[in-house]
Amino acid sequence: MNELLNEFLVESYENMDQYEGSLIELEKDPTSKKLVSAIFRTLHTVKGTCGFLGLSRLEAIAHAGENLLSLVRDGVVSFNQAIASALLATGDAVRAILAQLEKTETEGDVDYSELVALLVSLQKPVSEGAGAVNVEESAKPAKAAPVEAKAVPAEAKAAPAKAPVKLAPAAKAPTAEPEPKVVKAPVEAPMEMSAAKVQPTASTASTAKSPEGDSPSGSKASDSTVRVNVELLDRLMNLVGELVLTRNQIVQLTGSLESVPMQAACHRLNHITTELQDRMMKTRVQPIDALWSKLPRTVRDLAQLCGKQIRLETEGAETELDRTVIEAIKDPMTHLLRNSVDHGVESPEERKAAGKNPEGRILLRAFHAAGLVTIEIIDDGGGIKVERVKARALERNLITPEKAATMSQQEVVNLIFQAGFSTAEKVSNISGRGVGMDVVKTQIEKIGGMVDMSTEVGKSTTCRIKIPLTLAIIPVVIVGCRGDRFAIPQTNLLEVIRLDKNLMVETVHETPVVRLRGNLLPIVFLDSVLAIKTGEREETQHLVVLQAGDRHFGLVVDTIHEAEEIVVKPLGRALTAVSCFAGATILGDGHVALILDIFGLGSRASMFQSTRAANALEEEVKAQGVGTGALLNELLVFHVGGIRAAMPLDMVSRLEEFGGEQIEEAAGRQVIQYGGSIMPLISLSRALGFEESKPVDGRVQTIVYARNGRAVGLVIDGVEEIVRGNIEVQPAGRRSGVLGSAVIGKQITELIDAQDLVRTHASDLFE
Amino acid sequence: MNKTRQLCTFVLEGQTFGIHVDCVLEVIRSLPLTHVPLAPEAVCGLINLRGQIVTAIDLRRRLELGPLKEGKTARMNIIIRTSEGPLCFPIDEVGDVVDVEERLFEPVPETMTGTARKLIDSVCKLPGTLLLVLKGDFAELAGI
Repeated sequence: MNELLNEFLVESYENMDQYEGSLIELEKDPTSKKLVSAIFRTLHTVKGTCGFLGLSRLEAIAHAGENLLSLVRDGVVSFNQAIASALLATGDAVRAILAQLEKTETEGDVDYSELVALLVSLQKPVSEGAGAVNVEESAKPAKAAPVEAKAVPAEAKAAPAKAPVKLAPAAKAPTAEPEPKVVKAPVEAPMEMSAAKVQPTASTASTAKSPEGDSPSGSKASDSTVRVNVELLDRLMNLVGELVLTRNQIVQLTGSLESVPMQAACHRLNHITTELQDRMMKTRVQPIDALWSKLPRTVRDLAQLCGKQIRLETEGAETELDRTVIEAIKDPMTHLLRNSVDHGVESPEERKAAGKNPEGRILLRAFHAAGLVTIEIIDDGGGIKVERVKARALERNLITPEKAATMSQQEVVNLIFQAGFSTAEKVSNISGRGVGMDVVKTQIEKIGGMVDMSTEVGKSTTCRIKIPLTLAIIPVVIVGCRGDRFAIPQTNLLEVIRLDKNLMVETVHETPVVRLRGNLLPIVFLDSVLAIKTGEREETQHLVVLQAGDRHFGLVVDTIHEAEEIVVKPLGRALTAVSCFAGATILGDGHVALILDIFGLGSRASMFQSTRAANALEEEVKAQGVGTGALLNELLVFHVGGIRAAMPLDMVSRLEEFGGEQIEEAAGRQVIQYGGSIMPLISLSRALGFEESKPVDGRVQTIVYARNGRAVGLVIDGVEEIVRGNIEVQPAGRRSGVLGSAVIGKQITELIDAQDLVRTHASDLFE
Repeated sequence: MNKTRQLCTFVLEGQTFGIHVDCVLEVIRSLPLTHVPLAPEAVCGLINLRGQIVTAIDLRRRLELGPLKEGKTARMNIIIRTSEGPLCFPIDEVGDVVDVEERLFEPVPETMTGTARKLIDSVCKLPGTLLLVLKGDFAELAGI
């Protein structure tokens, strides 16, 4: 891509973030001249560069927004909600075009004339939104002396029926000296609007004149910072890591030498390397504000949608976190916040009735504690109703009635993180795409974090996330297995025990277990899971007790080496299909060691077929003596061909997303390269008699269905959720590939018979 | 003057291979290899290339040359650049960089079969020897 364009994109994205943030602030404090000026400037910058690059569409939008803003700034039009929404929409449109530019280097052909028209119409000071006061205010500058007249031409053109039109030409000349920096921006560029010609000149001039207009703060920041490619940083990190290793070797070698100057030089090398490593790590951190600054917009939009008034406050926005961690908590964080807005804070009426301020408050707080970063999301809403949570958990068979009776409030509240708790009836436009809190929990646990909820009924709900500072460096324990070394992340590690006479491996129905303090712990042998056949097992073996989510299991290894802090490095593309490893690292002696992915390892050893919830369900089913047939435990709900459909989860091997360009044609059917072999694709939509699905954004969603070592990809439109519980299946008429229908989450859902479908559409593969 | 191509040559199981010099990042002495359990069979391990972890691909297996003789180890590694990051090939011996005239290249014989066919781009007729020119394509080389 053109470098100039690329730079423009990066800069404009940043500008738009700022634009949005300031707008939200302006909503809280509509009279702030400073904020309006800031917003105006950012949009103006974007517009200015557009002219350079010949992006007329983008320029037109930015220009219309800018005009409106200049009127707001000059007090001709007073800021109101309608304007805020229109300006935010402008931001969205600009972003959309930027995204398009990034992809295709063209502006795309989406028509934004409606938005532009809206922006123009809002420039009329006497709109429905504006009261009588506004009329008076806007009238003032019109009558005022020529000094103030700079505002007039803009207004005059926007509302040509007004009297002061005659003032316009006179005012234009003396003030129309554009800022030097934007001179080249063709302010007179192709614009259909008749008003365009005078306005930009006038407004540019006034920016230059306004006290904040030429504040140097914006340019200063860019003077002291440089944009560096992340790849370059990663390379530097690698090299620093190698330097540390070399340093260690040199220090060791010179230890035996007598030469004093050599010793001194070595000492210096030691210090410098340590400091270099330290500083290098710092280049990867960002303040959490990088994530938070995007949230006010989400809250504002949601709050408006739910008819709530919510103020978002932040504390500790400067708390620093690794870039990758910030990226990893983005989704869970947003989800939790949506939850707070949607379910936490009550409606203004309810709040008034409860004697609270009608405006709800959500506080985001971040701080460092005990080597972790704690992030809290606190709302002052009605709290979580413990009894309702309990009832729902019972209803969904997540807990047994006996257990429910003994649970503490805290335990009950945290049930909402259980898989299967997410309630379909609550899944509105707001609380997301049907992902439950269990997904939030898994996402956070994946990066070695924890999440928990506490609530004070009627007062507040606090969600607390604890996450490591960085994903790049993790504490691990190095273990040995048949001569190979592996790293086990300490977040997954509970304890290490030596296997001997007191702790022996027994088998339960061919499943190895140990008796650990009176409980049976299922165990896995690392060498057999990884199919390592070379080398010898040691005589004494060790048991590493691991935790992956809610499940515990033991891993048998040969030796336990040391605990270390290691730098995580990605595995190459050739190895991404191996789910047992989370990455690799370089040990102190320069050798490479693989980092075990405990979740992947466990599922490879098929440890996790039964979660506690599923166990409970099983018990329940047994107790009720419910027969087979009508009962399906876990269903994957998705949409295809415009209908809602579901499939038993145990029929689903994986969910995969492919780029449309990956699809190839072989033997008269669509196929895709998958895990080293060729996987045929079946359009589920067409198989069910609907029109073929169109890829969304060029991506194709598939359910991988595998039997007898062969896999088939069923193409669907998108996954909705996973539901668990008793589902009544109503047999439908004889239709190929459909088992029947059921009511899931108050909606009729077709149950897909994958086996039948595959038999009909790919019979040759499964004989 | 005739157009030429620059090839970096290396020897594997007595056979000379060539790869375009632009693909080659460096040639280094053999490094300790970390075995990766469960990996695709073409992957023979991981090496530490100055702090960067690079996947080593067993070209013998990809080219169906038969396994390394008992007790012998690859002496050199050739690191090449691909669209998906670097790859490392343990090789027996590294040869010269040669300038080869375009007219000496010929397509792979129709009768050649096996996976080797997918990896070999063309054959180069050098005096006294035939040089097999490898493609620099990641998916083919890594066998995924």
